[in-house]
Amino acid sequence: MKKFIGFVKKEYYHIIRDPRTLFVLIAMPIAQILLFGYVITNEIKNASIGILDHSKDEVTKQISSKILSSGYFKLDASINSEQEIHEAFRKGKIKEVIVFEPHFGEKLKKEGSAKIQIIADASDPNMANLLTNYTEAIIRNYSIAITTQNSQISLITPEVRMLYNPELKGAYMFVPGIIAMLLMLISALMTSISITREKELGTMEVLLASPLNPFTVIVGKVTPYLLLSFINACLILLTGYFVFNVPINGSIVLLLAECLLFIFMALSLGILISTVTKTQQAAMLISLVVLMLPTILLSGFIFPVENMPLILQYLCKIMPPKYFINIVRTIMLKGGNLSTLWSDTLILFGMSIFFIIVSVRKYKIRLE
Amino acid sequence: MEKEKAITVKNLVKKFGSFVANDNLTFDVYKGEIFGFLGANGAGKTTALKILCGLSSPTSGEINVAGFDVYTETNKIKNNIGYMSQKFSLYEDLTVYENIRFYGGIYGLKLKDIRKRADELIQKLGLTNVRNELLSSIPLGWKQKLAFSVAIFHHPKIVFLDEPTGGVDPVTRREFWDMIYEAAGEGITIMVTTHYMDEAEYCNRVCIMVDGRIEAIGTPSELIKNQNAENMNDVFIQLARKVKQK
Repeated sequence: MKKFIGFVKKEYYHIIRDPRTLFVLIAMPIAQILLFGYVITNEIKNASIGILDHSKDEVTKQISSKILSSGYFKLDASINSEQEIHEAFRKGKIKEVIVFEPHFGEKLKKEGSAKIQIIADASDPNMANLLTNYTEAIIRNYSIAITTQNSQISLITPEVRMLYNPELKGAYMFVPGIIAMLLMLISALMTSISITREKELGTMEVLLASPLNPFTVIVGKVTPYLLLSFINACLILLTGYFVFNVPINGSIVLLLAECLLFIFMALSLGILISTVTKTQQAAMLISLVVLMLPTILLSGFIFPVENMPLILQYLCKIMPPKYFINIVRTIMLKGGNLSTLWSDTLILFGMSIFFIIVSVRKYKIRLE
Repeated sequence: MEKEKAITVKNLVKKFGSFVANDNLTFDVYKGEIFGFLGANGAGKTTALKILCGLSSPTSGEINVAGFDVYTETNKIKNNIGYMSQKFSLYEDLTVYENIRFYGGIYGLKLKDIRKRADELIQKLGLTNVRNELLSSIPLGWKQKLAFSVAIFHHPKIVFLDEPTGGVDPVTRREFWDMIYEAAGEGITIMVTTHYMDEAEYCNRVCIMVDGRIEAIGTPSELIKNQNAENMNDVFIQLARKVKQK
């Protein structure tokens, strides 16, 4: 035990005396979350649009002002003819144009229907989709409002409620993702680098030639990073809570326990990586490519797994972050507890055990 | 009178796949002697040394280090040996004292003893001024001497030095060998690999390895006499050539 404490102390010196790494470790979570928080948003605010009003009557003015006063759109160019539409899109000044057909108000009164064309710049497909959805929603609301005023015809009006994230805030989505990403990065990357560094320096040989138990070496290497990762997880949760108001609806104890489980899994992955690589560079490369990319792309962090081709969906199923992100989302947003999360937790637990067994078998007590 | 043996090796074979790194080595090392392992790069010196330290397992052969069997009593061996690797084996981002304390600690020394011995050692090496400086800030020669001192800090029975003087200037090398003699005088058996032939003459006995086999073994003067050579350098070149001609 004394040897172990001495070892952890040494690791602590390594970390504390490398100010650059330390800075990255502490600053990265906060930088990441702020970056993601402000950059990746699926919300639109003040999107520039144009309106081509062939009718210019009472009704079109009402609809236009409804759209413009929603806060999502702002009128950028008043367009007077069809030709100007393409010109405006090409200049990139506007994202959407709304066209009212001639005699719009009259038609609506007489025939009970009139046409609005919505043209969007789909060179950015996600944005175009969002904009048209928002516009349609506003127009639909207006039409419902006037129909119920004028007649008794009962319409089927779907009432949509967005559960768990009523304002569709991006932060709700990526805070769990960032936790997974950073825990993976710190735990797996840092441990694999710190173990391979000792191999490179030749100190690993000296350690293994000493009476120190090889497992003491590994556990001693891993312990400081376990602590560091845990602190980081807390840091992200706090930033999420105070800066972006991401709630923690479920049990905090369960959430932290799941974080520990995931850290445990990532650390064993890190050890595994360090047993198959000889240099720090190789360890870093493997960690980044093999761990980071799937964590971002194949975990449901940003892109929903359900929309992927079948092969990728199967691939996602073996990605530990997928389960972790689901767990964190469920606990934080839905207030879920262990009774709903036992299967995901069990899978994560199984994966940790698997990686530990593999890395212990790979870890050579005697250097070949 | 039979001298007490620190290491006995009988028919040691180490294979990596089909490559034979150590081909049937048999030799003894006596207690308190400085035993040199000579050979070109890739002759199998380091491989043999690692097996003796328990860092690598032999393919076959009977090996006994400090009275313990290499196959079954590795942990006992590890408690009784010191090892200084080819690469520099101290931590650059720890201070001189922290390095000593860390290595003392992993060999299970008591903190009180570590403090006392560390103070003596730092004084002896003239490192008092840099005791709390990071290792990266002190010159290589000093580091090398410190690394050796750390390797024998826990008073092992045998210390293994793998090319300890690589990249060190001649003056420091001489001082380094003085330290080795001093340690040998205290009864520590020293096994050292090198490819500096002048260093071979400092050893009590040497064993010359060529392509994984022992070509000659004995005191430097015996070898020089047997080969009709002028110095160890000639001995080595003659032996290496003889193998090539076969």
